[in-house]
Amino acid sequence: MKSIVEVRELSKVFNRFKKAVDGISFDMFEGEILGLIGPNGAGKTTTLQMLLGLTTPTGGQIRIFGLDIKTGREEILRQVNFSSSYISLPYSLTVEENLIVFSRLYGVKKYRERITELLRTFEIEEIRHTPTRRLSSGQITRVCLCKALLNSPRVLFLDEPTASLDPDIADKTRHLLKKIRGEQGLSILYTSHNMKEMEEMCDRVIFMDKGRIIAMGDPASIMREWKGRTLEEVFLKIARPGE
Amino acid sequence: MTSFQRILAYTVRHLYLYKRSMPRLMEVFYWPVLDLLVWGFVTVYLSRQSGAVPQFVTFFLGALILWDILFRSQQGISVSFLEDVWSRNLLNIFVSPMSATEYVLSLLFLSIIKLLLTSTVMVTLALLLYRFNIFEIGLALVPLVLNLVVMGWAVGIVTTALILRFGQEAEVLAWGVALLFQPVSAVFYPVAVLPWFLKAVAQFVPAAHVFEGMRIVIEGGAFPARELAWAAGLNVLYIIFSVFFFYWNFKVVKEKGLLAKVGE
Repeated sequence: MKSIVEVRELSKVFNRFKKAVDGISFDMFEGEILGLIGPNGAGKTTTLQMLLGLTTPTGGQIRIFGLDIKTGREEILRQVNFSSSYISLPYSLTVEENLIVFSRLYGVKKYRERITELLRTFEIEEIRHTPTRRLSSGQITRVCLCKALLNSPRVLFLDEPTASLDPDIADKTRHLLKKIRGEQGLSILYTSHNMKEMEEMCDRVIFMDKGRIIAMGDPASIMREWKGRTLEEVFLKIARPGE
Repeated sequence: MTSFQRILAYTVRHLYLYKRSMPRLMEVFYWPVLDLLVWGFVTVYLSRQSGAVPQFVTFFLGALILWDILFRSQQGISVSFLEDVWSRNLLNIFVSPMSATEYVLSLLFLSIIKLLLTSTVMVTLALLLYRFNIFEIGLALVPLVLNLVVMGWAVGIVTTALILRFGQEAEVLAWGVALLFQPVSAVFYPVAVLPWFLKAVAQFVPAAHVFEGMRIVIEGGAFPARELAWAAGLNVLYIIFSVFFFYWNFKVVKEKGLLAKVGE
């Protein structure tokens, strides 16, 4: 399989001494859903931010599509996208207006057709002209996912994308993401604290703790290696090493 | 490479906002109009008293409109940035291909649009209510206005950099920092009335030279070349400093991993 994201000896030290990420290396392959798991403070968010160019690494290298994030930022960001349940969109703009703005930021051609297609895919066509402030958190999450798919990205970074969704919509969203991955060969880096979701979604997972990679592989092999019946059990073993 | 399309996209985002939001429209029109009404009538009243300064209305209203140009050009930058902080949209912008340079250029562009809207309303009202025509200042008005806009930009860019660096705690700067320069800008009185230490400070404030220049023109004096040269020279230095300050802060914010935390 072709490596699309290459991370080598990546590290981040805050305030000279606090190691948030400690020399991690991994690859993400084309068409793969890769999960990033770990307790709070494990270094997942910092890793994600470094991959998106939001935080400058202290050391190591990130290459996406063979381009270095330091020198190829614009070219990389044109082909990736991001969504998180912790960010939002301008409240006073309608759903359509928000999506038009981001289509133009990403240089999407025929953006009105693309917006219609995505709203239909996420079953939110009826809120097209609704101001964002009137949406429920679940609807905002789906609009953010539409935004994240506008530019038909090759890599999608998703930070707890289903955190604010009810079980029905969360399940539909997971199926949609898998379907889109299947159809477009999209690679997804996925973080979530829902271990059942990670088992269901991810081809491989990376377990992080204290800035380091503790385990990496497909969920089944990790469960075997750590003698857990579920990823949640493995998570608890890692989070509570003395018990 | 700077993309005009992205700059335009970001501008459109704000135009959509103003199309629908009454509080945002009030920010552009309400306060400037209120200022003009209250201080305009006070000026008319005072000018009718015996012993009033000749051309009092012209001095005061001219100063009021020109000061608003500086204030709005600063706010056009800082408040537009805050809109992204308030709506938790900043990360969406910075994970897009938009660069920091394009972002700053968009803020400058927005500031011009807001300024044009506010100034048009103020100039028209001053003409209708007080028969004050700011264009009577003549050609000198162009460099006077340009200098105030550039000073407003410099202050706005520095303010934005500080909010980026220190988060919403620094938000108050967006509203108050331009006013900090008002006493030493000698907006409504000549620099000569300032105490010696403030006179020294005023020498380094471009707006002080602009307002001195405005008074020279209104009194029927020559084109205020010396004052405008001072203002332009200082502005070149300050705008260069502000841009460097912004980029330095942007770099520090990325090193400290604070970009995702702006607005928390």
